Amino acid sequence: MSWLLFAMLFWVVALWVNIRLANSSLSETRAVKLAVPVIFGVTVLVVWEGVVRGLEVPPVILPPPSAIAVKFATSLPILWEDFVQTFIKGTLTGYILGCGSAVAVAIAIDRSDFLQRGLLPVGNFIAALPIIGTAPIMVMWFGFDWQSKAAVVVAMVFFPMLVNTVQGLAASEAMQRDLMKTYSASYWQTLLKLRLPAAMPFIFNGLKISTTLALIGAIVAEFFGSPIRGMGFRISTEVGRLALDMVWAEIAVAAIAGSVFYGAVALIEKGVTFWHPSQRG
Amino acid sequence: MKSILPILTVVAAIIVLWYGAAVWLNSKWVYDQAARAGVEVSFSEVVKQTMNQERPKLPAPHQVAAELWKTTVEKKITSKRSLIFHSWITLSATLLGFAIGTGLGILLAVGIVHNRAMDMSVMPWAIASQTIPIIAIAPMIIVVLNSVGIQGLLPKAIISAYLSFFPVVVGMVKGLRSPGMMELDQMKTWNASPAQTFWKLRLPASMPYLFASLKVGIAASLVGAIVGELPTGAIRGLGARLLSGSYYGQTVQIWAALLAAAILAAGLVGIVGLIQRITLRRMGMAQ
Repeated sequence: MSWLLFAMLFWVVALWVNIRLANSSLSETRAVKLAVPVIFGVTVLVVWEGVVRGLEVPPVILPPPSAIAVKFATSLPILWEDFVQTFIKGTLTGYILGCGSAVAVAIAIDRSDFLQRGLLPVGNFIAALPIIGTAPIMVMWFGFDWQSKAAVVVAMVFFPMLVNTVQGLAASEAMQRDLMKTYSASYWQTLLKLRLPAAMPFIFNGLKISTTLALIGAIVAEFFGSPIRGMGFRISTEVGRLALDMVWAEIAVAAIAGSVFYGAVALIEKGVTFWHPSQRG
Repeated sequence: MKSILPILTVVAAIIVLWYGAAVWLNSKWVYDQAARAGVEVSFSEVVKQTMNQERPKLPAPHQVAAELWKTTVEKKITSKRSLIFHSWITLSATLLGFAIGTGLGILLAVGIVHNRAMDMSVMPWAIASQTIPIIAIAPMIIVVLNSVGIQGLLPKAIISAYLSFFPVVVGMVKGLRSPGMMELDQMKTWNASPAQTFWKLRLPASMPYLFASLKVGIAASLVGAIVGELPTGAIRGLGARLLSGSYYGQTVQIWAALLAAAILAAGLVGIVGLIQRITLRRMGMAQ
């Protein structure tokens, strides 16, 4: 009971603090902008902990965050092994191959208006399909190990990336292209010095969408078969054993990996497209 | 309409590539069979045999089409082998989840736009959640709800709702904020109440953003429903068809289920797109 009371009390106090902070004159400062979501996040964790302990929810339904944190800290080697298998081997390999080949194909079809008009709608169409369903096929073709996961990732990221790159290559203005012509720049010079740089905001948009897609692809593909390591494998087997603290620890790893991956790409974008209005803020 | 020819060309090229890949991938089995029987096979013979294997590495398009026809038109829709039956299982979970997720998402977005504290505490998390693979919690939701006695449609719908929720929140917040200073000032000069501003300015202005996220959301809902069918084992739904196909090496069945899922997704996105076009045109917002 005391746990429940504590959780309620903490919630009310945190709510009051957040409302005061948000409506105060300081609400535009960086510190407050950071503090408010952090307080909210901590409150969720505390209420979760308090409710689970107070109502004695069995750990096979919802373990308290403290138990998850302990599990996380004590099983670091396993989590690391899964991370390497799923993220470094499966996701990153597939991401680089898929995005790289999509950009290459986009440049290859760049000179043909006919191909572009055909590939763009088809690409847009395929990008909306549940490509994740190809996972069992890839597992059959490329085996249980990370190669099949990388293949799923390639299939997932290819079309969003292709569509974005093709749009990006068309983003430079007629005036700018005319200027390149007056310089008598060749096709490749125009491509390298004007059109690819102008396409970067679009390309990075595709790259950012692809980070999440890639991780989803690699994890879900492991539900269809995997060697005895990997984040998706661990989640599905530990769920079967009702070891939910391990599942939550694995989800935490996935969340951290996902946001760091996205953050890294966003950081590179900031460096590359420093000239774009959205980055000058 | 001048895009029809290029699109058809690309689709035809994909089918030709598919046939080529089918010959290439399936020929090994034919050669192995021939070597075991001790006979020589000519190339044309190989091509013929790669088209009609029972468990090919890559089924040829006509095999998948035949399987689709067989499992949709020729089977009763109540049959466990009917793809329409399985598609309906998946579709119902998708639609229920999509409705829940969209409804809650719009509500939260309205809250965020009107309440500063909510905006500052929830919005960063909603944006961050789009970078993490939330689908990873799908197996847990299914199994946990199963252990407290909730089975069938609802657990899958919750996953679908969860996946469509965040895109809708983020898109809807953007949309509700899209009216500029000038328009908001105009409402003020008319002495409009916050409710009037909401109904007459913010909500109509948010429609293009809402529909853009609805398209993302319904595709995500379908993926959620399919993935939600995996952990319960291969029982019902398109996800189950994929899983049982992969257990028993029934490649034709996998491809048929995959194509059914693709048709479903295309149909759903198409319907949302159609509603979008009609709504925006009647609102005078069509580009």
